[in-house]
Amino acid sequence: MTTASAIKARSASVRRLPPVDWLVLLAVLAVGGVFARAMLFTPADATLGAVQRLFYVHVPAAILGMYVACSVMAIAGGVYLWIKDDRLDRIAESAAEVGFVFLTVVLVTGSIWGKASWGTYWAWEPRLTSALFLWFLVLSYLVLRDAIENREARARLSAVLGVLALLLVPFIHMTVYLFRGLHPEPIVLKPEKPSMSPEMLSTFGLAMLAFTLLFFALIRLRYQWATARDARVDVEQA
Amino acid sequence: MSELAFREPSFLVDAIRIARKDLLIEFRTRSGFLSAAVFALLSLAIFRFSWDPTAVTSVDLAPGVLWVIFTFAGLLGLNRSFNVEQVDRAMDALLASPVSREAVFAGKALGNLVFVVAVQLLALPTLALFFGLRVGPEWWGVLAVAVLAAVGFVAVGTLFAAVASNTRLAEMLLPMLALPFFVPVLIPAAQATSSLLAGRPLSEVLPELKILGAFDIVFVAACTLAFPFTLEE
Repeated sequence: MTTASAIKARSASVRRLPPVDWLVLLAVLAVGGVFARAMLFTPADATLGAVQRLFYVHVPAAILGMYVACSVMAIAGGVYLWIKDDRLDRIAESAAEVGFVFLTVVLVTGSIWGKASWGTYWAWEPRLTSALFLWFLVLSYLVLRDAIENREARARLSAVLGVLALLLVPFIHMTVYLFRGLHPEPIVLKPEKPSMSPEMLSTFGLAMLAFTLLFFALIRLRYQWATARDARVDVEQA
Repeated sequence: MSELAFREPSFLVDAIRIARKDLLIEFRTRSGFLSAAVFALLSLAIFRFSWDPTAVTSVDLAPGVLWVIFTFAGLLGLNRSFNVEQVDRAMDALLASPVSREAVFAGKALGNLVFVVAVQLLALPTLALFFGLRVGPEWWGVLAVAVLAAVGFVAVGTLFAAVASNTRLAEMLLPMLALPFFVPVLIPAAQATSSLLAGRPLSEVLPELKILGAFDIVFVAACTLAFPFTLEE
């Protein structure tokens, strides 16, 4: 009786999903605002030229996609193995999928930037290589999830992959650095003052905020969708 | 009999017993080893014909060929290690026995390690023969790199073979899951092999050996701890 009413309550919450997610809408507007600022009101780099404006997309996407998304995926997975709460699995799933989109953005913008400043779309350079392998890793995580029907087994096995992936990343960084690099050293997060003009730095700060908002808004939306999907499966199987 | 039935579970004894069982099945059927060995030898021959000896010297090409072949021949063996247990649901019997799950993993991994090293021992002299490489004491270094790489390779590969055997795609999924994890094994192993074959001393490949050693320690421990989670409760 209680499970039936719980399912009823959950299926009711499924119907209440709004047609437009206000947080995603706000984030898209913020990203649009940052684009306008970067294109119209921020000076281009003296040596790199206009292509340097990719910086405001490339770097936030890299920080969020490589570090934040992968950490959330691994930590939520690890805690899932411990307390077995379905919500943690849905968080890991959402972070992986949104992270995959951000990592794709990193690779695409990095390639365009590479063509403009190094003269080639793809160079086997350490940071590019580790971003590529991270992309493959998240892709294999999503394919693994897709290959398992049972919800409990899917959560458990993908959490194992997520936790091991976190251990793997430092090794990938170490090994790809056995090759020599072309990529610039960190520009924003370095101990001395960042080597950028104040306008560039403030545009970057705003871009970072806007993309962080977009990142978490998309994860939230994807999480709600996963909750609705699981509730629907419960209703169908009840 | 009674002391056998109520014996204290011993990790190492159990692991060796499971490895022995797997290797005995393998020795009697020879299905996995034969396919991996034939695959390795055939690929060595095929690589020889995709290669223009006037453009690239054999010493430059050999390490890459060797590690590509080790990887794919090894994957053939890893897939087999849990397929064996799915026939007649043998895995359930294994889990019902008074053997810890970590020992099951260690046994499976040990069996796979013997398998992979056996393929390597066959492929190394064949490589020297087909590619006309000079045979000297540097090959002991190459063998040491191969064994060190095989330990990490087998730990990760055995775990993902267990994961993949529980999915819809089964063995098709294993390369996709395992290959990103083989990157930190393959890059230093191939670089160390190419330095050693070029006649450099073992001390010069120490950074690569350190990475391989660290990978082995971290992933043997992590995969042993993670393995129980890949099994159904």
